[in-house]
Amino acid sequence: MSVQLSRDDVAKVALLSRLKLDDGELDRMTEQLGAILGYVERLSEVDTEGIEPMAHAVERTNVFRADVETPMLPREAALSNAPKTDGQYFLVPQIFDAG
Amino acid sequence: MTIAGATTADLMAAVASGETTAVEVAQAFLDRIEAHDGSIDAFLHVSKENALAQAAEVDTKRRSGQPLGKLAGLPIAIKDNLCTKGEPTTCSSRMLEKFVSPYDATVIERLRAADAVLIGRTNLDEFAMGSSTENSAFKTTRNPWNVAHAPGGSSGGSAAAVAAGMAPLALGSDTGGSIRQPAGFCGVVGLKPTYGRVSRYGLVAFASSLDQIGPMANDVHGAALLLEAIAGGDPLDSTCLPEAVPSYTSTLEEPIAGLRIGVVRSHYGEGLDAEVNAALQRAIEQYEDMGATIVDVEMPHQQYSVATYYVIAPCEASSNLARYDGIHYGYRAPQFDDMIDLYARSRGEAFGAEVKRRIMLGTFALSAGYADQYYNKALKVRRLIRRDFDKAFEQCDVILTPIAPTPAFKIGEMADDPLAMYLSDIFTIGANLAGVPGISLPAGFSSSGLPIGMQLLAPALQEERLLRVARMFERATDWHTRRPQLST
Repeated sequence: MSVQLSRDDVAKVALLSRLKLDDGELDRMTEQLGAILGYVERLSEVDTEGIEPMAHAVERTNVFRADVETPMLPREAALSNAPKTDGQYFLVPQIFDAG
Repeated sequence: MTIAGATTADLMAAVASGETTAVEVAQAFLDRIEAHDGSIDAFLHVSKENALAQAAEVDTKRRSGQPLGKLAGLPIAIKDNLCTKGEPTTCSSRMLEKFVSPYDATVIERLRAADAVLIGRTNLDEFAMGSSTENSAFKTTRNPWNVAHAPGGSSGGSAAAVAAGMAPLALGSDTGGSIRQPAGFCGVVGLKPTYGRVSRYGLVAFASSLDQIGPMANDVHGAALLLEAIAGGDPLDSTCLPEAVPSYTSTLEEPIAGLRIGVVRSHYGEGLDAEVNAALQRAIEQYEDMGATIVDVEMPHQQYSVATYYVIAPCEASSNLARYDGIHYGYRAPQFDDMIDLYARSRGEAFGAEVKRRIMLGTFALSAGYADQYYNKALKVRRLIRRDFDKAFEQCDVILTPIAPTPAFKIGEMADDPLAMYLSDIFTIGANLAGVPGISLPAGFSSSGLPIGMQLLAPALQEERLLRVARMFERATDWHTRRPQLST
């Protein structure tokens, strides 16, 4: 299961993670992620043949509630922490070229 | 009675008898914070006016004979990752530095309904990721027993506040030991309930299959009382268990006859500090003196728990923290090129090193080609760890373990070595992976005067048993009555 992470691999993970890292951070991250993944490799020693994955400690499924209207957070409260809003919507930068 | 530092039982009796009032109690704790938090830095925000107003309301209710909640007039410190309407909820992150919660977490609603007095917001490792509270973007909390040492984490502010007598009660959250380890380091009681026993609605998510909110207090009774007030089903959290909540405080004083305590012998070997080992051996003997039987149990997969956890928790974190996009709430970078750059800069500028590390680790372990190797493998080992617990509990009622390999380490000691910090979580992580409850309680002191904690674990939904067993030890010892000497 051994994985050697290169600095380029780490840069790709940073992009997937939507994290802009500077050069120093990329260097440190390459070293530290390598050490942690090296430690995690010991999981490959464990025989897990035929063992079901356990995603949750309480393995309940389909918890239903009645389909009735309940009070929701008012718009004003929902927008109250937005970095940019026009009072009606969250404002985002333009996504498509004006062309 | 000296108010600051008193137990919840003493405070409640003093207020009920008219010896003091809720306002006087709140004021005494606020004064204590004012005098000592400059050197401890447990609090990010002290809710002075709100606390005094809530206390005054309790006094009014009492005078007019209205029914009072079970935490009436008791000040409580809140870990700053629990949403509290109208108050800052920062998670000790630049990302949420200016966030003011528009709603109450379910536990906060329940505290209000129980007439508690919310005294302030406590420091934590950013987004609860860490074991020392050093990962806070805002301040470094100090251990009240020795300010050169860390209080543990991530609920280090809550633990330090209780230890320093700045609040009799506190709420923490525990994903891999974040209530129990700081409780152990600061010499207080901390309980991580069964997964699902307490609603997570309004707890800022770190790793959703592991996170649990729980009580911290200066004695077992306080923890039992607070758990009683916050536990129980919640339609707003579909993982929250609907089972009825027992009255933990009413059975607390009943010892358990024929108690069987499980001990994992390999815990007490290499890697465990000699003084911690000695304190735990004395604790085991103490239980034997009370008539308990000690049973050797095997936990063969425990050695894999840290590796399992540091795959699963970062995977869940990378997904949970994707919500911080610089758009809906939280920090937005002032300058950016396009939409992707807005995300990446906002997150890159506002998250601290440990949070970035875990997001990266999780993103990698879930990425195409690696998910089977890492995430799915860890989930399978998680089931084997759970089976170890199931088998052990066929032979014993509770398992007694250390909390951490050493007493509180020094501030800065592990700052450059994240893996060493992760490895110190070895004794606490299993309970989160398996979903079982665990309690940390004071079991002695090192020769240098630092608290030594011990942990008791029980099967799912056996908090009542856990608290009674903890109380048996507490009644036979006086560790929990010691208080640190604070400088001003």
